[in-house]
Order: sequence, then C-alpha cells, then structure tokens
Amino acid sequence: MNKDKEESVKKLFTAESAKVETNKGDAFYDELYDRCRARLDELKKLKPLNNRMDFMQSVTDEGLERRDFLKWASATTAMLMLPASFTPLVAEAAVMMNRLPVIWIELQDCAGNSEALIRSDGPKIDEIILDIISLEFHETLMAPSGHQAEKQLEDAVEHFKGNYLLFVEGAIPRGIDGQYGTIGAKAETFIDHTLRLAENAVAVVAVGSCATFGGIPAAAPNPTDAAGVMDVVQGKPIINIPACPANPSNMVGVLLHYVLTGNIPELDSLLRPKFAFGYRIHDNCERRAHFDAGEYVEEWGDEGAKNNFCLYKMGCKGPMTFNNCSIIRYNEGVNWPIGVGRGCIGCSEPDFWDKYAYERPMANANIKAPTGGVEKSVDEFGLGLLTAAGIGIGIHAAASFVAGKKEDGGEA
Amino acid sequence: MPENNATVETTGTVEAVVPVTEEKGFHKSDANGNKHIIVDPITRIEGHLRIEAVIDSNNKIVDAWSSSTMFRGIETIVKDRDPRDVGLMTMRICGVCTGTHYQRSIEAVEDAFDITIPKNARLVRNLIQGALYVHDHLVHFYHLHALDFVDVVAATKADPTATAAEAQKWADVSGHKPYISGAADFKAIQDRIVKFVKEGRLGIFGNGYWGNPNYKLTPEQNLIGVAHYLKALDVQRNLAKMQAIFGGKNPHPQSIVVGGVTCVQDIKNPARIALFKQLLVDGNDFIKGAYLPDVYMAGTMYAKEATDGNATFHASKHKGALGKEVGGTGGGILSYMTYGDFRLDDTGFYKADTFFKRGVVLDGDITKLHVLNEDKITEDVTHSWYEGTGAPEHPYDGTTNPKYTGLDKKDDGYAYLKTEEKYSWIKSPLYDGKKVEVGPLARIVVGYVGGDERTKKYAGNFLKRSGLPLTVLFSTVGRTAARAIETEMIGDAMVGWVDELAKNAAMGDLSTWTEFDFDTVSKDAKGRGMAEAPRGALGHWMRIADGKVKNFQAIVPSTWNAGPRGPNGEVGAYEAAIIGTVVANPEEPLEIIRTVHSFDPCIACAVHVVDTKGKELAVYKVDPTCTF
Repeated sequence: MNKDKEESVKKLFTAESAKVETNKGDAFYDELYDRCRARLDELKKLKPLNNRMDFMQSVTDEGLERRDFLKWASATTAMLMLPASFTPLVAEAAVMMNRLPVIWIELQDCAGNSEALIRSDGPKIDEIILDIISLEFHETLMAPSGHQAEKQLEDAVEHFKGNYLLFVEGAIPRGIDGQYGTIGAKAETFIDHTLRLAENAVAVVAVGSCATFGGIPAAAPNPTDAAGVMDVVQGKPIINIPACPANPSNMVGVLLHYVLTGNIPELDSLLRPKFAFGYRIHDNCERRAHFDAGEYVEEWGDEGAKNNFCLYKMGCKGPMTFNNCSIIRYNEGVNWPIGVGRGCIGCSEPDFWDKYAYERPMANANIKAPTGGVEKSVDEFGLGLLTAAGIGIGIHAAASFVAGKKEDGGEA
Repeated sequence: MPENNATVETTGTVEAVVPVTEEKGFHKSDANGNKHIIVDPITRIEGHLRIEAVIDSNNKIVDAWSSSTMFRGIETIVKDRDPRDVGLMTMRICGVCTGTHYQRSIEAVEDAFDITIPKNARLVRNLIQGALYVHDHLVHFYHLHALDFVDVVAATKADPTATAAEAQKWADVSGHKPYISGAADFKAIQDRIVKFVKEGRLGIFGNGYWGNPNYKLTPEQNLIGVAHYLKALDVQRNLAKMQAIFGGKNPHPQSIVVGGVTCVQDIKNPARIALFKQLLVDGNDFIKGAYLPDVYMAGTMYAKEATDGNATFHASKHKGALGKEVGGTGGGILSYMTYGDFRLDDTGFYKADTFFKRGVVLDGDITKLHVLNEDKITEDVTHSWYEGTGAPEHPYDGTTNPKYTGLDKKDDGYAYLKTEEKYSWIKSPLYDGKKVEVGPLARIVVGYVGGDERTKKYAGNFLKRSGLPLTVLFSTVGRTAARAIETEMIGDAMVGWVDELAKNAAMGDLSTWTEFDFDTVSKDAKGRGMAEAPRGALGHWMRIADGKVKNFQAIVPSTWNAGPRGPNGEVGAYEAAIIGTVVANPEEPLEIIRTVHSFDPCIACAVHVVDTKGKELAVYKVDPTCTF
C-alpha cells in the first residue's frame, strides 16, 4: 500500500471527532431569526395550497397535547442545529408545511425510501405532517392510475411551477438511450422524465442511496449505466439525503429547514445536509469505548457479541461513514445496525456496495486499537494493506483527503 | 383434461382504421368498437407496471398484457462477490417486502454450505419475516388496495351514528370488538375529509375514480374504510418496529448472516422480547378489529362480481376454457403453487415441518394436491426483453442477456407494446410448462386442499362467518380475503413463536450462529433458498466456486404473477385475471387496477436477469445500437 493511502487511513482512525460548527455566534443567529420570522410572516399571508385542516386542531384531534408537539419541535430544532430560541419558529414552520407542494417520483428504486417516509418517527405528529404537506404526486400512494395519474402530475407541475420540491427516489439509467426505465403512455424515459420535472422545481431532493449516488443499480458492473440525480440534473439546487434507505427524520428535517428559512440547509461536498451527515458514525457510537479498549467481536454471537464489543472486525464501517444513525437511530430509536449486533455497512457513502458492504474490515483484521481516547499514538495501529487498490475513502469536507469520482461531480 | 394454458385468439385487429369517435391518445380503436387502452403507470404498487387491454363494445375486457417497464440487473451485480455479502444486496430488490430476499439469499448459501442454523436464529428469522407479513399485508390492504373498494369522496355523505352501528355490525360478523366504535370518532374523521374535499386540491386523492358506478359501498361503509385507512398509517409504524427490534431497522434490516443472526443482545434482554410481544398484540387488535371486519364488509358488498362466472377468463373465448364457470371476476388461471415457509422445528431447512405448506393445485381442481417437483420450474423469455437459448431454462442454469426491442411508437407519441413479440422486462416462469399463480390465495388453497388443519380452521371460519360460498375465493375479492385470512393466522401464531424464543433464552440458550469453514465449503457448491414472501413463492438459486458467486438467479412471486405470455401463448396470471372483466367506464380503469392490486404487485422484484457467463466485474457501457 502506498504511503499516501496508509497515511490517510491512519488519519481517519485518529482524526478528531468530525465537528460540525454548531455555534456560529450571536450575530449570525439574530440575523437568521429575523429572516426566518419575516419568511414565516410572508408564508402566513399566502393561501394554503391544500388547506386541509387547522394544524393545531388536528394535533388535539389526534389525542395529543400541545406540549407533546412542542417537545417534538424542540427535538427537531436541536437536530437542525439551531439554538433553542428557534423552537417556536420551528413549531410555526411545521404548521406551515402545507404551503409546500411536493412532487415525488420513483425511478430505478425499491420503494424503500417511500416506506421509510411513512415510518416517520417521533409522536403521531409526523403522521399529521405527512398529511399536511401538499403531496401532489406519489405513484405508490395515489388513487388514480394511467392517464388520470399523468394528468394529476401535469396539473401539479403547471399549478406550482417554480414552487414545488421535486423528491427523487431511485437511480436514473442512462444505457440504451435511457430505455431501461420508462413511464407513461408515451413511454417517457426516466432521464427525460427527471429532467423535465426538475426544470420547474425550486429544488431537487434526492432521497436514498440510489437517487444520490447510484446505489445498488450502479454497483459494479452497473449494467444499465445508472447514476444519481447529481450526475444528471444541472443548474438546479440539489440536496442529497443518502442511506439505504434514508432516515425519515432527515427527510423531514430538510423539509422543515426549507420552510423555515427558504433556503436549503448547509451541505457538505457531497451535497448532504451537514445537520445529519456532518457526524461520523464512529464518533457517536455506543460501542466506541470497546473500540478504544481493543475489545472486538471475533465471530458472530461470541462472548464479545454478548457483551456489546466493537464490531470493527466483523466489518463495521462506522469509522468511514457519515450519518446521524448513532445519534437518532431508526424506528423511533428502537434500534440501529450496531445495536442489533451487525455493524455499519457505510450506506450513506458513494459506491458503498463496492467499497464497504461486506462483513470483514477494510484493513487487515490484525488491528490493535489504542487503549483509551481518540488522540492515542498512531504507532499502536497495526495497519495492513487495504483489500483493493483504488478504494477511495469518503471523508467529511473538513478533512483534507477526499477521494471518489463524486467529488468532481459536486459542482453539478 | 382441459388445460388452462390458453392461447389468445384475437377478436379482430385493433389498428386505428378511421377514428370512429374522438380519441384520447392513450387508446386506439377499431371499426368493431374495440378499444385498446394503455394504463401506465399502474399506481399503488411497488415498481413500474404497464397494463394494456382490449375492451369490446359491451365494455368487456377481451384481451390484456402485463409489462414491467424498468430493469436494474441485480443478478449480474452480485456475481463474483463473496456469497456472504449477497443477501444485503438482493434485499434491495425490494423495500416493501424488505428482509425477504435477504433471507432467501442467505438460505441459498446455507443450503450450498449445508449449514443448519441454531434454534434462536430460526425463531428470530421467523419473527422478522412474520412481522413483515403482518405489516405488509396491512399496508397493502389500506394504502394500496382500499381505494379501489372505498370511495373517499362518498364518505363525506355518511351519517356518523349510522357509521358506528355499521362498524359494530361487521365487527360482530368477525367476532371481535371494533377498533373504532364511536360516532364522535367517525364524525371527527369525516370533518377532516369534508374540509379538504371542499378545497379541491386533493393531493394523493386527486383525480381518482370517485363516483364510478362500480364502487359498491354505502356512504357509511366508505367512511369506515377511510377511518381505518388513516388509523392504519399509525398502526403500521408500530408494526414495523417489530422488525427493527430483531432486525436493527426497517426498512432493510441488517441482523441476518450466513449461519444465523447477530441480535444476541436483543434475544438476551427480556424487555426487548416484551416490547416485541406488546407491539404484536396491539397489531393483532387492529387486524381483528378493523382489517378483518373491513374484508368481511367488502367481500359481502362485492360478492356479486366475485361470483360472476361469466366475468372470468375461462368464460372467455380463449382456447382451453375449463368449460364451466368457476369463481368470479379476477379469478384468472386457477392454478396455484407454493414452496412453503416458516420452519417449525430444527431438523433442517428442507426437512422441517412448515407453517405454510408446499404444493401445487392445477386448473381449479381442488380435490387434488400435486407434490412440488423443483426440477419442473423453468423460465422462458420468448415475450421478454432478453436473449434466450430457445427453450425455457431451469434457474440453476439460466442464461440470459437483456435485449430491449422497444415499443411501437405512433405519430401522436403514444407507445404500444409489441404484444406478438417481446413486451416486458419480466420473464415468464413455468411450472411443468404451465402458468401458475402464487401468493396468499395460493397458500390458502394449497393448505386447504392438502388438509392443513390450521388453514381449514381460519379459511373455514371466514366462509362461515361471512356466509359466502367457497367459490368466492377464486376471484379478485377472494384473493383479497385470503390475504386477510393469512394475516390473522400469522399474527396469532407469532405470539407462540415469541414465547418460544423467550423461553429458550431464559433457559440459557443464547446461541445465534453455527460455525462453518468458509474456505472449505465455498470451493464448489450450489444451493437454493425457496420459501414464501408476502406476495408468494420466492426462490433464489446460487452457484458458488472458489469463494465467489458464479451464478445467481431469483424467481420472484411477481415474476410468476406479472409475467408475460409463455412460449406457446400461455396467458400470464395478471393477464388472465383481467380478461373477462366488465368495466363500468372504459375511460376509468378502476376494475383493472382493483384486480391487479389484488395480486399485490411488486414489480421491481419481478424483473431480473441471469448471467452464467462469469463476466468479470467491470463497468461496461451498453451500446444502444447493439442487441447482445
């Protein structure tokens, strides 16, 4: 292994916790608060697009107390990395989500992200929010089929021209002139469909690994020349919410952020919102102390497994994966991959099926972790060769060493 | 014995001669008044499906074709990888039946390596899969299927007090107390619906077929349906948590590995097991207090179409009609197949007794259960966009490459399937050269015909309480009822399974994994994982050499059901189920989607390709001018 790669891997393991700037100073937040306040006042003046119900009425109809809703609002405020003073604005923004039209399309997908969406966790609040967003088109849920469905889509695009968020789920095949995927009576290719709908969207949100970085269809040898939105759509703001499937809390977080500020959230170099993807799994993992103490599971179900030992030797890719799974977990916090004893497969990173998703560690399994905290000497690692030449390591933009073809595509 | 493999006799050309009426572009007609319609996209399914149908001047569907319009090539993608890693990848075939392909791939490797997993692992896998069935069937009925039976707009006319009485009535039929029972509750829900219907922008309810004469429920019954639809959005979230407890997350759990499972901590902790059980018990409450009563209600109100023997495939002019009217609208080919699933003991995957039985019933003959012969399973690509070898192939040895031959594009831009040639990304699986249907109805039929006590108890109970005749099962409505019947069956059984797991762990057995020597067993092996998925029989076949996957193929339930014609024109399950149906309004394909939805389509699942050529893992660009 060449010296550069070895250096970068060492850096990876001994790097200080990926830090996301959470305190930008009073002046910044004061100005942001005023901007958000002004925006919410503007939105209030608009007639709601679907006007289904009085939000607070439906909160109580669902048998919820107002304080449950406010608890949710403060948790979400924290997730968005805003100071607590923003909680009332976040609460108002949630109410206003019915001003936001969403068109959701599915391409080379498995519907996992749509399924994840309806698992939206937290109290029943999120069910209400789902009800309230003006979801104008979603093939998996909508009543009409065929030409009535197509008409519904065209009406929505026309009515909300320039104002809708386009959610894309699934990869876009480019082989055989895009004909590996078609939709509609005129057999429009997925790529034409995406470009046409993106044209009149205010922004495009790519949900899940397939729509962000190509996902499973793009895994070697990529038989259909599948790609993510950022490789196909030009000239539009794009937000990537990867993972396989994406965590619904992160989907809702992006929506809320947009309603609140009128802007897309701060993104990393892979166009992922920093509020979720600024954290490294490894830095917030409940088993980190075992990693630091050199205590590993060696075989599925062994004594180490029964004692929550670190899963690095069983292939956990937590050290090279950025997402907030180790903080917010899945299904209302019920569990998550490390918790269930399996380990992280790196699913929020580009090309993870080829780089990360296997039950062995990348480096030689003869690793000796430092005994103690993160700053221990590099020399205590016994790093062997990486398993395949040319494996790039996706590291947060804060680090200097970034690899992988998606970096160049980041400008889109 | 008359066969059910009918070839299609066309009833006349459907090329537009001279437009006889003002055409919508999505259909063309001929001088006989036959309309050829396109329904694309079929919504409220998983995946991308197109249905084309010919409707005659009496509004009867006389021909139909089913086509998947999307391809990914996952079988090619898993080749040359470590077999232990394949399950995670194949799981991404589908995010609705999440966890199913995962298990099948891992079972295929365990079959190849001759591994028997420990008891805890067997129980956990059953619980993970059982949790999927309960979740999947519930979401399917309410969020994918119900809008074909329930008119949301008509619900605004209901009287809430009468609605409460109606809900009580159907709950009584099912023998359980109603999940929602108060007039005030129904009124609150109705108020919500009224408000947004008034505003006109209906979101996902927009542009639906509301008011179509083939909606048969009363306003009160519609309101019950809508109320349960909304409630089910809530309930499904908790049902999904069950899978997350032992699976790590849902969708796409992660705790199953070759040799066993990884969730030892969750098995060891009585609080986790108690949580699972509580979620299950709460879920069963909804199944018994809302889902089943709704299916009794729909079954009764739609019984007429479900017993109309003239509206079936076999009553049509297609060759090979059984010569008698069996079943009703949507009955289709009347041949069923299951592989069996949910191992009930630890004697080995293919030796153990199973909860769902394995077998084949042919041509509507419910007096005879055929023993499944795995060698009789083949796939044909005559009508599919793949290069074939000329004859149907067994999954261990299949050889195919994509060969897209396109659609027939007209001047107005509308594109029609080339139905005489290749017209789908789905292959055409055959059992002993015949088309068969898989799914909950197949499981109920095979169980019933085979004399399984449990199936006879649950299915018999449904027929007795509803007062509906046995023949109603052989229809769209029957397929829907079968799904509900088996949901209750599984939900009840899972209570015992989780108790068994708790007891085993409490007695000190925490083993979750069987050791094996990968390097030895992976030198030259082949194995299959054949069991059931919520939508029907699912099989993964794998050949392994020198530690790598050399060949992989999946035949998925929706491949069986949604596949195109066979090599001799054998009509596919969806296609046959649609033929014979009478539609109220050819402009509104309500009856078509009601039948298609009864199969619970999962079309991303249905499509796949096999490649045994041992291509190297390399990125290649498909040359659009080349049909290799």
